[in-house]
Amino acid sequence: MEKYSAFSLLKNTLTGHKHWPKSWRNAELKSAYDVVIIGGGGHGLATAYNLAKNHGITNVAVLEKGWIGGGNTGRNTAVSRSNYFYPESTRFYEHSLKLYEQMNDELNYNVMFSQVGIINLALDRHEMDIFRRWSTSIQLQGVDSELLTPEQIAEEVSILNMGAKTRYKIHGGFIQRRGGVSRHDAVAWAYARAADNLGVDIIQNCEVTGFDIVDGGIRGVKTSLGKIRTDKVGMTVAGHSSVVAAMAGIDLPIISMCLQAMVSEPVKPCLNRIVMSPKVGCYLSQSDRGEMVIGGGADSYTSYGQRGNLPTTESVLGAVTELFPTLSRMKLMRQWGGIVDIAPDASPIVSKTPVTGFYISTGWGTGGYKAIPAGGDTLAYTIANDKPHPLVEPFSLDRFAKGRLVDEGAAAGVAH
Amino acid sequence: MLKINCPFCGPRTEDEFTCGGQSHIARPVTPAEVSDQQWADYLYQRINPKGVHYERWRHTFGCRQWFNVARDTVSHEIYAVYQMGEPKPSITEKGV
Ligand SMILES: [Zn+2]
Repeated sequence: MEKYSAFSLLKNTLTGHKHWPKSWRNAELKSAYDVVIIGGGGHGLATAYNLAKNHGITNVAVLEKGWIGGGNTGRNTAVSRSNYFYPESTRFYEHSLKLYEQMNDELNYNVMFSQVGIINLALDRHEMDIFRRWSTSIQLQGVDSELLTPEQIAEEVSILNMGAKTRYKIHGGFIQRRGGVSRHDAVAWAYARAADNLGVDIIQNCEVTGFDIVDGGIRGVKTSLGKIRTDKVGMTVAGHSSVVAAMAGIDLPIISMCLQAMVSEPVKPCLNRIVMSPKVGCYLSQSDRGEMVIGGGADSYTSYGQRGNLPTTESVLGAVTELFPTLSRMKLMRQWGGIVDIAPDASPIVSKTPVTGFYISTGWGTGGYKAIPAGGDTLAYTIANDKPHPLVEPFSLDRFAKGRLVDEGAAAGVAH
Repeated sequence: MLKINCPFCGPRTEDEFTCGGQSHIARPVTPAEVSDQQWADYLYQRINPKGVHYERWRHTFGCRQWFNVARDTVSHEIYAVYQMGEPKPSITEKGV
């Protein structure tokens, strides 16, 4: 692998950018692997990279039905943060945020992570009370969080409607300054390039159609490109978790829903924070290209259609124009949807399963992007050692029967 | 936008309704006697199909009645609307 550097940029500039090496090989599917990862999004690629880098397992295939990073990894709004409520979640997401902070150096790839800070707005007294509790919980766990007065918020975000005639008066909020946005495609490509460099085979346009299971253990994977022998499978397929797990005879407590996002036409820089309102259900940031990147809550019913329904679009945009009246006449440029995997407690499931050698990473719901580095790290550990990584012990599949839910319905929030 | 044919009020737009999730879930008759796993399955396990889904809807901003809908989770096409307590209609590829 040619290392990306100022020198390589200069060299390739002088030769007209005609000799950049391919970022990853077009690998041929082999008939056997030590580990097969299903799903070539951020989580699958990060898992493969960590298997090779941390555990010396390089005979690994990542199978992707479409193209890598073409699912939810390329459909989110690229927010990373660790401002959760419960210690189990904060520990996990803080690990992930720290890995985002180191990602450029770790993977030798510019993922353009900008820690612009994420502000949660409180639109009534009661929400402000909850935010004090929430922010304090984050601080107690050693993670950065600051309460903001309305005056401080007005200084941070000049285009917010702070006037007297607002429908929802802003009572304050809190900010995690280390929260930020990155370039989502770059995260997928960076992990793909680094994993490929360590010997991982990335197989695109390869759909899994079934499993060989003998005596309750994985023996192989059936795919559209043929059969593969393997004793270990990691599943990282987000919205299709129920469908793939069912092929292994496993029922999941997951519901698939459509989560949509949209971007406006580009304008000059006017918003330098991520701003989120749990109450009205919207959040936005401004991309480096000047577009307003807008998101909200998931659509309200089970869906595998990657489109998004109009009532949710209207509700999100209504909330945005209420908070930011100055944006009300901007044109939307694009709107899209991704299918997210939602668990009953809005927390992930990274776990062994009743089928030996079948490991799952699911339930990321509306917030999988920020979890990519830690999700990959912990799933790789779980696969390599056949026991859960300490950070994901609270997130096992059997927590539902044990009643040990990690209810992050509030902190999972609307910013993804 | 879905057009849902409320069995009591007739066709209305989606935003008058609330989806209540999977229908036909039977609560264990003797809760004290089932295992933790069986109880968890009742509370949390969902079919989550890619295809026909039998689900409960409520006409929240109308008659406030609950009823059942058979809907495709990919195309969102509604194949059937039927009353609570009625058995699932069988749906072929082309609808009822
Ligand atoms: Zn009605």
